Amino acid sequence: MKYQDEYRNRELVQGLAAHLENLVAGYAGTMTFMEVCGTHTMSIYQYGLRGLLPAQVRLISGPGCPVCVTPNSYLDKAIACCRIPGVVVATFGDMLRVPGTSSSLMEERAKGADVRIVYSPLDAVKLAATNPQLKVVFLGVGFETTAPTIAGSILAARQQGLGNFFVLAAHKTMPVPMAALASDPELAISGFICPAHVSTIIGADAYQPLARDYQRPCVITGFEPADVLQGVAMLAAQVVAGESRVEIQYSRAVKPQGNPKARAILDEVFAPCDAEWRGLGMIPGSGLAIREEFASFDAERMLPLTPELSREPTGCRCGDVLKGKITPFDCPLFEQTCTPEAPVGACMVSTEGTCAAAYKYGR
Amino acid sequence: MCLGVPMQVVSVDGTDAVAEIDGVRRDASLMLLDEEVKVGDYVIVHAGFAISKLDEAEALETLAIMRDIFDPEDMA
Ligand code: SF4
Ligand code: SF4
Repeated sequence: MKYQDEYRNRELVQGLAAHLENLVAGYAGTMTFMEVCGTHTMSIYQYGLRGLLPAQVRLISGPGCPVCVTPNSYLDKAIACCRIPGVVVATFGDMLRVPGTSSSLMEERAKGADVRIVYSPLDAVKLAATNPQLKVVFLGVGFETTAPTIAGSILAARQQGLGNFFVLAAHKTMPVPMAALASDPELAISGFICPAHVSTIIGADAYQPLARDYQRPCVITGFEPADVLQGVAMLAAQVVAGESRVEIQYSRAVKPQGNPKARAILDEVFAPCDAEWRGLGMIPGSGLAIREEFASFDAERMLPLTPELSREPTGCRCGDVLKGKITPFDCPLFEQTCTPEAPVGACMVSTEGTCAAAYKYGR
Repeated sequence: MCLGVPMQVVSVDGTDAVAEIDGVRRDASLMLLDEEVKVGDYVIVHAGFAISKLDEAEALETLAIMRDIFDPEDMA
């Protein structure tokens, strides 16, 4: 366990903080780095990493968690799904408590809807195979980490000839919204702490346009405090030198080309589409839609869905939190009417949500 | 929802594997991996699929922090 100790070593972390301090010593401006990975957000809050940064360096949280960025309109569709007789909605657990416009999957389940938590989309395929009388709809939410697993299950369902397995797809891809955020002058993002597990799939090369066309340094980092701090130092060094490149701090899991097999499966089943993000609005080319060849697995095309008219919860500032414009502490509902037990918005529901992290670990 | 947890492979049958961490066993499809995976290897498991291979030291580092940050239920 030698490595583990090294990575969490207090001296190492303090040494890195001192190194960062030196690095930016002569730098007159402020640099703002955004992390777009919920696991990074958790790590930054848990270890109080902001407290170790020199005054010139600011960290803001972006749209890091797929549950948080899923808009109410999707939840309303999922709720409409589970109200169809004979339909089972299968989902990862954290979708259950996310409020839709006037209900949640949890409330629907209490009222008798068949909503089941599964650990893997393949469990939903199994459910469909063993219950031919039911229609099983899996809620396909997630970034490039999760999307290949859903693509894999659609391929598995096709191989088994299943006619009762469907996916309600709302997958999103990462580099596109990062470009949108980089173009927002109000945010003035100097560089990005790139997501770790998303990058194991898409590879470091996927961020080249951000570095090249948007002049934003990108560093893919791991989750240990030392990893994150080292990543921040690598970003700061680029800013000081006036450079913008893609670097991999998390080389133990991320390669420049990512995971080609997972990407091939992803491309076989999904095609890029426009997607609506909570807080960020419609971003062209930032989503993944089920290709025509797999239309028979698309819940949206195959089931009669009549969702209610969607609106976002009143007073909730999730949108601004997801853009990094405010911190959860700036939301008037935070810790007041909005808590993990009774979340008003999605950012308080998901364990990786910024509001949930801020609630758990405090200021 | 999108956690990837390092786990050790305990059995392989074609593209179906079983992986284990802290005594918890999970199915881990190998469908998304190019590289060959053998019993004893470490992989990052996400939603029932192995998405990347890791060496042991790397896996242990990553695990240590995840245990710190997340509740056991979050990692299951
Ligand atoms: S999808 Fe991956 S990169 Fe994004 S928050 Fe989850 S673990 Fe982090
Ligand atoms: S504290 Fe609650 S209401 Fe405020 S932004 Fe976060 S989730 Fe929304």
